[in-house]
Amino acid sequence: MLDFPVWKRVLIWGLCVAGLLFAAPNLFYSRVETHNDAVQAIERTGTATPELEAEAGGWPSFLPSGLVNLGLDLRGGAHLLAEVHVTDVYADRMDNLWPEVRNALRAERDAIGTIRRQDGAPDELRIRVSRPENIQQAVQAVADLSSPIVSLTGVGARDFEVTSEGADIVVRLSEAEMTASDDRTMRQSLEIIRRRVDEAGTREPTIQRQGEDRILIQVPGIGSAQELKDLIGTTARLTFNEVTGRTTDEHQPVQPGEALLASMNEPGTFYAVDTAPVVSGEDLTDAQPSFDQNGRPAVSFRFNPGGARRFGDYTAEHIGEPFAIVLDDEVISAPVIQSHIAGGSGIITGNFSVEESTQLAVLLRAGALPAEMTFLEERTIGPELGADSIRAGALACAVAFVAVLAFMLASYGLFGIFANIALIINIGLIFGLLSLIGATLTLPGIAGIVLTIGMAVDANVLIFERIKEELKTARGPARAIELGYEKALSAIADANITTLITAGILYFMGSGPVKGFAITLGIGIITSVFTAIYVTRLIVLAWFARKRPKTLEV
Amino acid sequence: MRLRLVPQETNWDFFRFTKVFFAFSGAAMIASVLMFFAMGLNFGIDFRGGTTIRTESVEPVDVGAYRDAIAPLGLGDVSITEVFDPSFDADQHVSQIRIEAQGEGDASVAQQVIADVEAALQGVDPSITFPSVESVGPKVSGELVVEAVIAVTLAIAAVLVYIWLRFEWQFAAGAVLSLVHDVTLTIGIFALLQIKFDLAIIAALLTIVGYSLNDTVVVFDRVRENLKKYKKRPLKEVLNLSINETLSRTTMTSFTTLIALFALFALGGDVIRGFVFAMIWGIFVGTYSSIYVASAILLKLGVKRDWSKKNDGKGGTQFANIDA
Repeated sequence: MLDFPVWKRVLIWGLCVAGLLFAAPNLFYSRVETHNDAVQAIERTGTATPELEAEAGGWPSFLPSGLVNLGLDLRGGAHLLAEVHVTDVYADRMDNLWPEVRNALRAERDAIGTIRRQDGAPDELRIRVSRPENIQQAVQAVADLSSPIVSLTGVGARDFEVTSEGADIVVRLSEAEMTASDDRTMRQSLEIIRRRVDEAGTREPTIQRQGEDRILIQVPGIGSAQELKDLIGTTARLTFNEVTGRTTDEHQPVQPGEALLASMNEPGTFYAVDTAPVVSGEDLTDAQPSFDQNGRPAVSFRFNPGGARRFGDYTAEHIGEPFAIVLDDEVISAPVIQSHIAGGSGIITGNFSVEESTQLAVLLRAGALPAEMTFLEERTIGPELGADSIRAGALACAVAFVAVLAFMLASYGLFGIFANIALIINIGLIFGLLSLIGATLTLPGIAGIVLTIGMAVDANVLIFERIKEELKTARGPARAIELGYEKALSAIADANITTLITAGILYFMGSGPVKGFAITLGIGIITSVFTAIYVTRLIVLAWFARKRPKTLEV
Repeated sequence: MRLRLVPQETNWDFFRFTKVFFAFSGAAMIASVLMFFAMGLNFGIDFRGGTTIRTESVEPVDVGAYRDAIAPLGLGDVSITEVFDPSFDADQHVSQIRIEAQGEGDASVAQQVIADVEAALQGVDPSITFPSVESVGPKVSGELVVEAVIAVTLAIAAVLVYIWLRFEWQFAAGAVLSLVHDVTLTIGIFALLQIKFDLAIIAALLTIVGYSLNDTVVVFDRVRENLKKYKKRPLKEVLNLSINETLSRTTMTSFTTLIALFALFALGGDVIRGFVFAMIWGIFVGTYSSIYVASAILLKLGVKRDWSKKNDGKGGTQFANIDA
C-alpha cells in the first residue's frame, strides 16, 4: 500500500509541474502583460510594427501567458451597476405603433367616426372614437395589425392586445411580448455598452448582465465613474421626427402626442415635434464623419432597408417641410426636406466641429441605448490605492508564508520540510489555476490566499498527528505512515467539504470582491487537499524508500 | 527538541466546568444580541446606501476644517474619520468621509454632490486627492442586506444537512449551535467596537463558519471513531479522549492560521483590517466553541452508541474496524 503506481506518480508530478508552469507568468507580470497586449494588437490590426514585435518577443510564445487578472480594487478603475428601464421601450413601441393604428382606423372612419389619441399611461395607446357603438369594429381593425409571436408561454400569442374601455380603444403589449422585449432591450443595451467601452480601448472591461434588468460594468484603468458614465452615455437616443412647429416660448402648450424640444445649436429656439419618430437610431447601419457641400463637418449615415423605405416614403410626402434630427431630447438640426431621399442614406449638418462630428458618428454607429439607465452603484478606485493594496498584500503574504514555514519546521522537523515543500507547490498551484481560468484577484482574494496558507497545513497536521499516534501503537514506521494517511482521510474530507460548501455559497451569493475571495478560498481548499494527500505522501514515500528508517520522529 | 504548543499527551477534563462555560457562552450571546439592538452595527454604505470618499493629503487631516467645509452643502449626516496605518508614508494623511444616501429614489449619489464635496475639500487643502469614491444607492443596499442574511443562513443550513448526513442529528445540532454562537459573538464584537460592517465582513463571517466547522468536524470525526472503538465507555470519557487526542492538531492549525492572519492584520493595510479582525476573532471563538459548545451540546444530547450496524458503506466509516 505504500507504493504508488508509476502512472499515478507521473500524473501527480505532471499536475504540479503544469500548475507551476501556468503560475510562472505571474512572476513576470508587467513583461507578460506587455507581451499579451502586443500580441493582441498585432492580431487585431493585422500588421506588426517592429516595436510591437519587440514587445511580443519579451516573453517566449511557447510558454503559457495567462495572467491572474487584477480586480478593480487592486488595479484601480471604475465600477458601475446600472438598472435598465426596460419598460421605457413599451412607450416607444406604442408611439411607433400610433401612425399605423391611425391609418387603420381612418380607413374605418365611416363606422367609427373621428379618432383622437388620448393621454394615458406611457405603456398604452388610448384612442377615443366619436361613435363608440361600433367600437368593436375599431378594436378588430387594430387587432388585425398585431402579429403572432413565438413564445414559451403559449401558442397563438400576439405582440399586442387591444381592448375597449367605454369610448376608448386601449392597446397594450402582451405579456409574452413584454418578456421578449425586456430580453431584447437588455441584450441590446449590453451590446451597445460593450461597443462604446471597446471604442475607448480600455483593457479587459467586465460587462455583464445581472439579474433581470441590471448591467454590471467594470473598467480597469479608467479615471472615474463619471468618465465611464460619460463614455457610455445615459441615453443617446437618435430619432428623426416630424416638426409641427417652431417657437421661442419654452412653455408653449403642445398637442397630445407632441413634445417641445430645445434646439442644440440655436439657443432659445424650441421645436414642437411629433413624439412618434419617423425613423429611429436602431435603423441606422452606418454613420461616418464627413463634410457637407460647403466643406463644413457633418455626419453621413445609412439606414437599413426598413428604415430606408420609411424615410423614403416620408420625405416623398413631406417635401418642403422641416423634420427634426433629435438626439437625447435635443434637436440637433431641423433641416427642410429638399427632395425625396431614396436609397436610405443622408447627411446631418449642424454647427459641428470636426471633433463633434466624429463623436456623433461614433455614438450613432454604436447605436442608441434602447432605454434609459439608473446607476445604482458607482465606485471609483484610484490606481495608487490599488498599488498600495498590492504592496501591502504581497508583504503580508510573504511574512505569513515565511512564518508558517518556520513554524512547521520547528514543530515537525523533517516532516515539516515535506509539508513546506507541499505548501510552496500549493501556492504555485493556486496561482496556476487562477491564471488558467482567468480569475480575478481582489484584495479579499489576497486575504483568501493568506488564509489558505494558514489552513493549508491543516491537512498535513492532521496526517502527521495521526502518524504520531499510530507510532505509539508500535507497528513500525511503514505501517504508521500508511495508517496515518488512511485514518486522517475522513477527517480531512469532512473538514474540507464543509469549508468548500461555504466557499460555494459565497461564490453564488456574493458579488464583486466577495466572489473573488470565494474563488481563491475554494481553489485553495482543493489544491491544499491535493498537495497534502498526494504530494507530501509521494515525498514521504520517496524519502522512506531511500532511507528505510527503523524509527520515525514526526 | 520540537516545538510543542500543548504537551504530547494530555488528559484534561474538558467537561468539568461545562456549566460555567455554558453560562459564559450564553451570557456572551445575550450580551451580543443586546449590544446589536442597543448600539447597532456601524453599517458601511454597502448596507445602508450613501457615499464614502477616501481622501489623501500631504497636510495632516483636519477633521474640523473638513466638516466646516462640507457643512454648507447640507448633505445631512456626514461622518469624517482619520485613518491611520503603519504602512503610510510620513506625509501621507488619509481620511474616510461618509455621506448618507441623498434624497429619494434608487440611484446612487449624484456625481454633482461628489464633485461639490471634492471641491469644498480642495478649498481646505489644495494637495488633497481622492483615491477612492464609492457610492451605493438605497435599492441595492437593501438587497445586499437580504442577500447577506440569506448567504449566512444558507451556509449554516447546508452545513446542518451535511453533518446530519455524515454523522447523526445530535452532531449536526451541536455543530450548528456552535456556528450560531460564533456568528452572534462576531456580530456582538462589531457592535461593541463599532467597526465598519460591510460586505467583506459577511465573507469573513462565512469563513468563520467554515473554519469553526472545520474544527468541530475534526473533533466529531474522532468522536465517531472512538465511539466505535470503545463501545462500553461513557460518552463523557469518549468525548474527552477525542478532544484530547485532537488537541495538538487543533492548536497547531489555529496557530498557523493566526500567524498568517496577524501578518495580514499588521501589514495588509487599513482597507482590509476590519475583515482580518473578524477572522482573527472568529478563529478564537471558533476554536473555543468547537470544544465548549459543540462537544458539550453533544454530551447533553447524547448519541446513538451502536455504530457498527448502520452506516456501513458510508464514506466516513470505511476504516472503522481496522483497529477494533
